[in-house]
Amino acid sequence: MPGKLKAKIVAGRHLPVMDRASDLTDAFVEVKFGNTTFKTDVFPKSLNPQWNSEWFKFEVDDEDLQDEPLQITVLDHDTYSANDAIGKVYIDIDPLLSCEAATVISGWLPIYDTIHGIRGEINVLVKVDLFNDLNRFRQSSCGVKFFCTTSIPRCYRVALVHGFVEELVVNEDPEYQWIDRIRTPRASNEARQRLISLMSGELQRKIGLKVLEMGGNAVVGYLQCFDLEGESGLVVRAIGTACTLDKLSPGTAPNTTTHTNTHTLPNTAPTSNACNSPSKDSKEPVFSEDPPHSLSGPPTPLRTLPSSSPPPFSPSKPCSRQSSSSDTDLSLTPRIGMGSGGSVGKEAGPLKTLLRQHTQSALEQREFPIFTLTCFPPGFLVHVGGVVSTRSVKLLDRIHNPDEPETRDAWWEEIRQEIKSHAKALGCHAVVGYSESTSICEEVCILSASGTAAMLNPRFMREGCLDTGGSDHRLSRQPHPGMVGSERGEGEVSSTWLGFEDASPPSCGFVHIPYDEFNMPFPAQLTYCYHCRRQKVPDVLFTTIDLPAEAEVTGKGCLIQARLCRTKKKAQGEVNATSISNLLPFMEYELHTQLMNKLKLRSMNALFGLRIQISVGENMLLGLASATGVYLSALPAPGGIQIAGKTPSDLSYDQHISTMQKRIDDTIAKNKELYNIHPPECIEEVVGSPIPDRQRSSRLFRSTSESSDELSELDLSHGKKDAFVLEIDDTDAVEDIQSLLTDAPIPAGFYSCNTEVMPGIHNWTSGLQMFTSVRVYRLSNANLTNQGLNKIFTDLCENLLKSLYFKLRSMIPCCLCHLNFTVAVPEEELIQVAVTAVAMSFDKETQQAADKALTRGSGENEEQLQFSMEMCGESTISNNQPTAKPSGVPESAMVHSSRVSSSERCSPLPEGRSRSLRSTRSLPCGAPVTVVKMTPLSFLPGTRIVKYLGIINMFFIRETTSLREEGGVSGFLHSFIAEVFAMVRAHVAALGGNALVSYSMKECVFMENPNKNQAQCLINVSGDAVIFIRESDQEAIPPLLTSRQTSSTGADGTT
Amino acid sequence: MSVELDVFVVNTTIMDEEVYQLWLDGYTVNDAVKVRMEGGVLEGCEASAEVLHSDTMDQYRTFQMCERLLHSPVKLANQLLFQIPPHRQVMLIERYYAFDSVFVREVLGKKLSKGTKKDLDDVSAKTGVTLKSCRRQFDNFKRVFKVVEELKGPLVENIRQHFLLSDKLARDYAAIVFFANNRFETGKKKLHYLTFQDFAFCAGQLISNWTVGALDNMVEDMDVDLEKEFLQDLKELKILITDRDLLDQHKSLVCTALRGKTKAFNEMEANFKNLSRGLVNIAAKLTNTKEVRDFFIDLVEKFIEPCRSDKWTAGDMRLYLTHYTNSAHVLDTFKHQVVWDRYMGVIKSCILKMYHD
Repeated sequence: MPGKLKAKIVAGRHLPVMDRASDLTDAFVEVKFGNTTFKTDVFPKSLNPQWNSEWFKFEVDDEDLQDEPLQITVLDHDTYSANDAIGKVYIDIDPLLSCEAATVISGWLPIYDTIHGIRGEINVLVKVDLFNDLNRFRQSSCGVKFFCTTSIPRCYRVALVHGFVEELVVNEDPEYQWIDRIRTPRASNEARQRLISLMSGELQRKIGLKVLEMGGNAVVGYLQCFDLEGESGLVVRAIGTACTLDKLSPGTAPNTTTHTNTHTLPNTAPTSNACNSPSKDSKEPVFSEDPPHSLSGPPTPLRTLPSSSPPPFSPSKPCSRQSSSSDTDLSLTPRIGMGSGGSVGKEAGPLKTLLRQHTQSALEQREFPIFTLTCFPPGFLVHVGGVVSTRSVKLLDRIHNPDEPETRDAWWEEIRQEIKSHAKALGCHAVVGYSESTSICEEVCILSASGTAAMLNPRFMREGCLDTGGSDHRLSRQPHPGMVGSERGEGEVSSTWLGFEDASPPSCGFVHIPYDEFNMPFPAQLTYCYHCRRQKVPDVLFTTIDLPAEAEVTGKGCLIQARLCRTKKKAQGEVNATSISNLLPFMEYELHTQLMNKLKLRSMNALFGLRIQISVGENMLLGLASATGVYLSALPAPGGIQIAGKTPSDLSYDQHISTMQKRIDDTIAKNKELYNIHPPECIEEVVGSPIPDRQRSSRLFRSTSESSDELSELDLSHGKKDAFVLEIDDTDAVEDIQSLLTDAPIPAGFYSCNTEVMPGIHNWTSGLQMFTSVRVYRLSNANLTNQGLNKIFTDLCENLLKSLYFKLRSMIPCCLCHLNFTVAVPEEELIQVAVTAVAMSFDKETQQAADKALTRGSGENEEQLQFSMEMCGESTISNNQPTAKPSGVPESAMVHSSRVSSSERCSPLPEGRSRSLRSTRSLPCGAPVTVVKMTPLSFLPGTRIVKYLGIINMFFIRETTSLREEGGVSGFLHSFIAEVFAMVRAHVAALGGNALVSYSMKECVFMENPNKNQAQCLINVSGDAVIFIRESDQEAIPPLLTSRQTSSTGADGTT
Repeated sequence: MSVELDVFVVNTTIMDEEVYQLWLDGYTVNDAVKVRMEGGVLEGCEASAEVLHSDTMDQYRTFQMCERLLHSPVKLANQLLFQIPPHRQVMLIERYYAFDSVFVREVLGKKLSKGTKKDLDDVSAKTGVTLKSCRRQFDNFKRVFKVVEELKGPLVENIRQHFLLSDKLARDYAAIVFFANNRFETGKKKLHYLTFQDFAFCAGQLISNWTVGALDNMVEDMDVDLEKEFLQDLKELKILITDRDLLDQHKSLVCTALRGKTKAFNEMEANFKNLSRGLVNIAAKLTNTKEVRDFFIDLVEKFIEPCRSDKWTAGDMRLYLTHYTNSAHVLDTFKHQVVWDRYMGVIKSCILKMYHD
């Protein structure tokens, strides 16, 4: 049982005046956990009360510790009437339950009221004493670490990746209970906040249990979402990837990557495929684990040779570990005993099947070979097949029994099955970069899931396959293909999009195709890899993951968006659902075409971080696809875009077409310059290599028909037609071309991407600025055509981007990273767009030099150095303050001085200036506030993360009945978002942290009723609280440096 | 299509100094956009007026939200709502409390009351400072006044600590508070030629020499009020003009010292008695609060104007005042040397400051 939770209320400050007569407040505090409540004394007549209470102790089950938040309520004592609430603070205890995370929560936290916003601050101290629980049947999962980060957290090493974990809990939404009619808005909001806090605690605990069952100790890529289904209830669901993580300590596995390393060995570090090193072999329980890549190669004599360009085994690796280097070597050699045997005389098809069977043993035994990671340890990702996605339209029904959320579970399971089968169709056994989302309008709900089909190195999962029962039993049913139709009134749409890929050397292996070239799931144009010239690659690759560090990129990347609006008739129930599901395929098709065209226009050949959002409103559907386009050196150069008139009869028409053509060609040329894309002139296929028969079209207008999965009902390919001959046969096409060309150019000095980092930019400065921008547009004209809507929607996104560039101009040169757009249709004729991103400035001067030095252009950069700092571990359990202080302070001071010039330049922005990490403590007033950085990325440039303090997952509601007085909707939302940031920062600081990484605003639901002068907004944010120190500090500990490759392969060695 | 809601929130609050100044100056959003356009912000950016408008709105909102904190600058440093780097905080505060000298000249010495506030539109029309800006400046004066009114210890230091202002600005505020507290008349036509800085200098002299705090910082009272005892003692100086012998003696000492050193010697000699009477009478009347208000007007009427009409140079003035002060020490029957020095020290530096066109 158990644990003892202790809380101490120290002081308050900046409290609001509650007594008009004296202009003062008689404040006291109630501390509540579960059903136990303690009170402090009343501190009379002060706006800065000093309670200095005793330690309030709660003896509770660890199960409760995980589920419940600590609730602190500040009240104004009133002798004659009821005490007035000033506000509340909810504190999530979870970070204190893992010994590796935070040890104490201490600091000033904003007192929040759902009607008035922040009303002063309270200084609290919270600790937990946990007793060990060896009960096998326990319901708690204390100690499992959670990370929002979708890569392996920086100061950990992954020992095993167990796989997908999911959970979902449902409840009635308090806002829709009968009691809501009689209680105050404040009570209702608080009930809702508290319920969601409880539900997320429960969810996390349940997922933790699953992780423990699987033998893991952490969840990476934890993604929790709320579905506000209105009348039918409230769903909180989460997915993540269960892993076994080892904390890196300087002594054992010091671990960093310097890009120099990555680059000096670009060919020699076939980080993929490390699986079949013979040195391991003896240990491998599954003999049949075969290097997938060797099979995916063309079934030619080549196969008997090392199928991928085997670079000479490089002794140059700074190798501290033998095993890792041997990995390297061997991974390139196809195992003769194995796959090749099976493949003799046969084409690749059966080979792949065989392979799939093998890998199945590792992966597919579990229900869902799905991973929420988007960034992988080297060697994890073998091949990438392409994007797989599924959408399903459902009708919501009241959740009758909250304890049995089966319907929702079944829905998601269906979708995951579908994703899995799509991946299979692409010759892949796993899905990575996986995410799920919903869009709800009234009773219709679109469930969406997407990911990237991939072949993974089973090494990381070996143990996982042994514990067969690992995944949830509830999930281990077989897929029910028939179930789809059985739900009432639902439409089902799914599609698979592909790019493609092929295998082998690290810098190109992942783009080699995983599927069989003679039995392709979709029409595609294959060529030999432009890097190794041995394996087949597709001409275009779409993925949802981040650009792998080892990928070779030419030039820089850029954000590419496809936007689409479709009107639909208002309808109810099944009719509505059907009409939506009928529209979806067309939307996907069009978004896809747009993406493809824009990609071509920029002379790029691959998309990373693809995210397609389809939002449903009463009378329209919005589609927004965002991705980062790059030119992968291993893929063929994209062809141009040709315009063809359908009826080339009349001369002026031809004229028109040729001017259009010229404009397009000019744009392409300009973009090449802009993104610095100057691929080496492509030599026609390497002499002697077997030229694939399918190489049928000329290089110039190669058809890039994309793909669709044979299983899906939707075929996204353009059939036999050459996709990039655009035919102008009607006004639609003209519009398309116009819109293609009207994307505003990015102002000089700016780059943008929606992935973690921008390929081709390395030398980030410490200047960074995280921002959130929300806009709501009212469509004035009710009778808009699709085209009109499209134009409006496109302008809206473009204008928003323009605004961002303008506001951030002082940071130039800079890159907007992780640009995350969210669209919604909150009401009829309203479109809401929310963007969260981080602007990071870089050094132009050194950029050139860096470019030269690193012609390889990997996405890796020094910021990503992995580090560990043991001293943060056990030794500081009592209080991490001492650790943080000595390391952080001198540190930031140093950086400050060295950065003066740059910070001066980007005057408004230097966020750094960090003063001491934690100094507020006992001083009630006047002490400086800890600077807390926030970023949606998993790292901070120029720093290294030394400790993860736990997950921050907060949900706030704000309501007002005096909208005009608060500055209208913009004023209201502006201050609410600022308050949310402030509360997040305060909680991070209270945990002892100085940054929040992998920050995301997952929900921002805004409702207004201007006539009643009312508005309400719900925001859900999450991220990982961390302690970072400046990189320059690192010189103090030089022995820690080794290449990441070494250590990560080393990690393999230990498995 | 119309933008219904448009917000941009950053983790580290961005403040464009130019926009901040426009906001402080009371420009409306539309006017500010115009000024910014003319200033050429858009050059080099692919942005439209729409973008500029949206940016200006965002910043104005941020400033409005910050304004509450700026009212008690100490809070700005430990508030959690906006993460603002310290050097930006300093800038925000300093600019917020900065004022237009034309404006302050109008309200200097007036009671910081509601009534005065009501008249601000006239002030605005007269000075060309926007009404909004006038109100902010007026409210700043009033706020500082209210806070330091009840505090003990040195005025400038109190202002600096409670409002985190620079030394210069804190001194100016001290002057404003001091003037408002003593209600010195500054609006008379004859005083129009004097700038705020002239008055601020004089206020500084008065504060550091004539208040209670001037002698002892630890004294309970603060230095907004002139020291009563001292004012009482000033009455004793009257002997310099009432005692004929003393007056003549004083005159001859001064004239001996001045002879041949200035072209204005004749006028000085002729006017000596009048001028001396003027200065000593001012001193003697200071016990009366009403007369205190007229301190500056008296100085101008009784001393500066006569000298000016006699075309004294600044050098003449310095020479004359130096000898006038020093000669009194030699008078054997004059026993009030300490009070005399304390009085004349301030008078001398005030007059020297005020003696210009």
